[in-house]
Amino acid sequence: MIEALSLVPKAEAKQSMKDFKSDQEVRWCPGCGDYAILAAVQSFMPELGLARENVVFVSGIGCSSRFPYYMNTYGMHSIHGRAPAIATGLASSRRDLSVWVVTGDGDALSIGGNHLIHALRRNVNLKILLFNNRIYGLTKGQYSPTSEVGKITKSTPMGSLDAPFNPVSLAIGAEASFVARTVDSDRKHLQSVLRAAAEHSGTALVEIYQNCNIFNDGAFEVLKDRESALDAVIRLEHGEPIRFGAPAEDGLGSKGVVRDPATGDLKVIDVTVEGAAGVLVHDAHAASPTTAFALSRLADADTLHHTPIGVLRDVSRPVYDTEMAEQLEKAVVQQGKGDLASLLAGRDTWTVVG
Amino acid sequence: MTSQVSSSSSATAEPPAQEPSHPPVIGDVLGEQRKPVKETRRLDRVIIRFAGDSGDGMQLTGDRFTSETASFGNDLSTLPNFPAEIRAPAGTLPGVSSFQLHFADHDILTPGDAPDVLVAMNPAALKANIADLPRGAEIIVNTDEFTKRAMAKVGYAASPLDDGSLEAYAVHPVPLTTLTVEALKDSGLARKDAERAKNMFALGLLSWMYHRPTEGTESFLRKKFAKKPDIAEANVTAFRAGWNFGETTEDFAVNYEVQPASSAFPAGTYRNISGNLALAYGLVAAGQRSELPLFLGSYPITPASDILHELSRHKNFGVRTFQAEDEIAAIGAALGAAFGGSLALTTTSGPGVALKSETIGLAVSLELPLLIIDIQRGGPSTGLPTKTEQSDLLQAMYGRNGEAPVPVVAPCTPADCFDAALEAARIALTYRTPVMLLSDGYLANGSEPWRIPDVEDLPDLRVRFATAPNHTAADGSEEFWPYLRDPETLARPWAVPGTPGLEHRIGGIEKQDGTGNISYDPANHDFMTRTRQAKIDGVQVPDVVVDDPGGAARTLVIGWGSTYGPITAAVRRIRREGGSIAQAHLRHLNPFPANLGEVLRAYDKVVVPEMNLGQLAHLLRAKYLVDAHSYTQVTGLPFKSEQLAKALVEESAND
Repeated sequence: MIEALSLVPKAEAKQSMKDFKSDQEVRWCPGCGDYAILAAVQSFMPELGLARENVVFVSGIGCSSRFPYYMNTYGMHSIHGRAPAIATGLASSRRDLSVWVVTGDGDALSIGGNHLIHALRRNVNLKILLFNNRIYGLTKGQYSPTSEVGKITKSTPMGSLDAPFNPVSLAIGAEASFVARTVDSDRKHLQSVLRAAAEHSGTALVEIYQNCNIFNDGAFEVLKDRESALDAVIRLEHGEPIRFGAPAEDGLGSKGVVRDPATGDLKVIDVTVEGAAGVLVHDAHAASPTTAFALSRLADADTLHHTPIGVLRDVSRPVYDTEMAEQLEKAVVQQGKGDLASLLAGRDTWTVVG
Repeated sequence: MTSQVSSSSSATAEPPAQEPSHPPVIGDVLGEQRKPVKETRRLDRVIIRFAGDSGDGMQLTGDRFTSETASFGNDLSTLPNFPAEIRAPAGTLPGVSSFQLHFADHDILTPGDAPDVLVAMNPAALKANIADLPRGAEIIVNTDEFTKRAMAKVGYAASPLDDGSLEAYAVHPVPLTTLTVEALKDSGLARKDAERAKNMFALGLLSWMYHRPTEGTESFLRKKFAKKPDIAEANVTAFRAGWNFGETTEDFAVNYEVQPASSAFPAGTYRNISGNLALAYGLVAAGQRSELPLFLGSYPITPASDILHELSRHKNFGVRTFQAEDEIAAIGAALGAAFGGSLALTTTSGPGVALKSETIGLAVSLELPLLIIDIQRGGPSTGLPTKTEQSDLLQAMYGRNGEAPVPVVAPCTPADCFDAALEAARIALTYRTPVMLLSDGYLANGSEPWRIPDVEDLPDLRVRFATAPNHTAADGSEEFWPYLRDPETLARPWAVPGTPGLEHRIGGIEKQDGTGNISYDPANHDFMTRTRQAKIDGVQVPDVVVDDPGGAARTLVIGWGSTYGPITAAVRRIRREGGSIAQAHLRHLNPFPANLGEVLRAYDKVVVPEMNLGQLAHLLRAKYLVDAHSYTQVTGLPFKSEQLAKALVEESAND
């Protein structure tokens, strides 16, 4: 029994991917990375075995936010940036639901940035899937808060000026208890991250690199091409040494992440036989967010070299909706179940006799 | 109405009505060699204003006097008036905080136009309030604070206590601070702490002057300072010292009685209640009567925060309160809870409504029940956070993109906030729509006696969630259409997550009639827009009642919201003096009552007093093509009934 989902009723019969497909025609551009994510989610959901009617997808505005229409669950396509706030109200008042938020880089990090960080710090039982394509797609191609500096777009003909957010760093800074990153095209990895997120109690943020083949095609190619991915992608596995790159003699990557004794920061080195023991072992459950944050900073915002993927942080801390429910129970124990007549009467009354 | 009332309430330039119906009573003599003879006079009504620095505890003093008065059984109405700054610079005019209380042996409607008694704790309080006093009013001043420096700070070159400028008033110079410190000399408190009890000394003195019961205040003080028993005892001691001072000093030769207003009240059990408290209770009651969990999403804002505070205390009713990161998240969370089957609401003031507009539009599109409680204050922008205004009516009506109609209801007195909350919930739940409730700072903080209702008499607000498919597809399969409407109310089904077989997706994009699927079809959008409007236009609301005794009036005065008290008092004043005027007051601003057009057209003249620049008048003129005249005031304070009566008489006379 997964604790995070212990209050959500289970499906009576075995489910298949088909059960989670709605009757609506999917209307993303042909070739969009969203198709791959939708298929990965639809084929993953049966694994959880939850009653379909107790699953809710809430989204904001943007290409990714059409997602709920295609899931045969309850769903709300809301307004720009506000999905985490709406989902917070739903999840904290209905603990028998599995609530998922689907959002994009513009939706979650620009117009809805405030709601995202506050949902993360509160640790409401929500799973937030942030589709990051580093561009505004639905409004036809303006730069986004994750676009690299100097990006030439319709709104920035001479190049964008603002430095991008790293969503993983932001989430860790916002006290997130679960932060992961994955890629649209790697279904196996994506589903492993979804599984870990679903099993987490509290808010989980999953950044999914997603290709927009119309306005920002190939943005993540360096992470997808087998050759370049060797050096660009750092796959994180809890309890494993952080090694990547072409295989060394011991079969693990020839590069590794170590702590720089001079600065305390992390850095990438070429792993030697003697040096292998010094490579950092990934601890997603570390109480301190410091190392997870340092890992998130290894990635180069321009080239995406040294991009960690996998679960960066997964720690246990009090869950907002659980505590809210406990306060209600405690109030009944302390004050007794509310009695309207005695509430209205109060303590100071007087009587007028007719 | 007795003639006694008429003489007193029209007499802003005269001393309080006094009727020597009782022979002078000899004050009790307790353990003293000689006690001055004290005369007790009976009054039908009194208006007291406590005024001091923001840090002097005037609101607390006023609240306590109010409680004593309520438990004595007078009718009452209060007007707290304080600056937005928590601790404005001491001794300055902007830092003055006041609390006005009107109490009577009969039915009253307003906190009164002009105080009969002013308690001025410092020169600033005197200066800020003296213009409101009629000649002959009594002024109790704390002489200890009338230092050269303090007087200079507010521009008194010479002491107003000595220069004859207060000749028209009955001034009682009392060294309140010194007397308080003296009374507490054995308490062991430092002088500074002892001085802080001077408001309780003043309260004790006023309690003696007006024969108020004292047990309530003493037990209140002991409870409030339960963790600091020495402070509690010091306050009780100061309070008693103030009482005894009135009893013994010769300066106060007369005290007053105001009999309970028993005949003004229908039989029942009563309590005193403020607007925000009544509203909070109304919301708890709505949750109970609908058998739905109550969910409040809110962001702190004056003057609405007290509702958040109050509801947070009632978790044992299953009430969830969520203090959000901002106004938008507050309503967003509420809307999410509404989707999940809660009776959901958000509380705010005008600037917050502006931020919530987009989400209100989403709620209109989703057709989910949601209450938006707007405790209006002076605007635009930050405006006057602690002062009252009715200037959000048009924002409530129209402040959204697209055609997004929302029902609007408004309470008319502090106690009426309870019923208005239940009414707003009824409309929201019946018609599956966001509903705007417009209270304001005057109702929120003002208080009056309230007849406690029987819970069984409150409206039954239970709803039916959808539980089964409602449509048969062409192939014979059963399906659920989230936008298949009830033909009577045009409400759509409320199918909450967790209901098997009714899985559906809703959103802010235009939906196809019935299925709720995304639709960009022109004819469908036209139909859906008109249907949403028709749903709100069809909300059943009671007819507006016209008060026109004799039926001879040619002028109708019509208002909405918190102007009810002042307008009704003005109307009574006009009628007492032989004038005839008809009165109507609107609880429902959208939709208007069905008979409203007929009512407006039945009079030669329609006058609309509002604490804005004519927003209701604008709506009436637009909808009914009547020549409604505006009479407006935006001072941050309620209308004074005498001035309003005068204006109404003038408006009636103009042709």
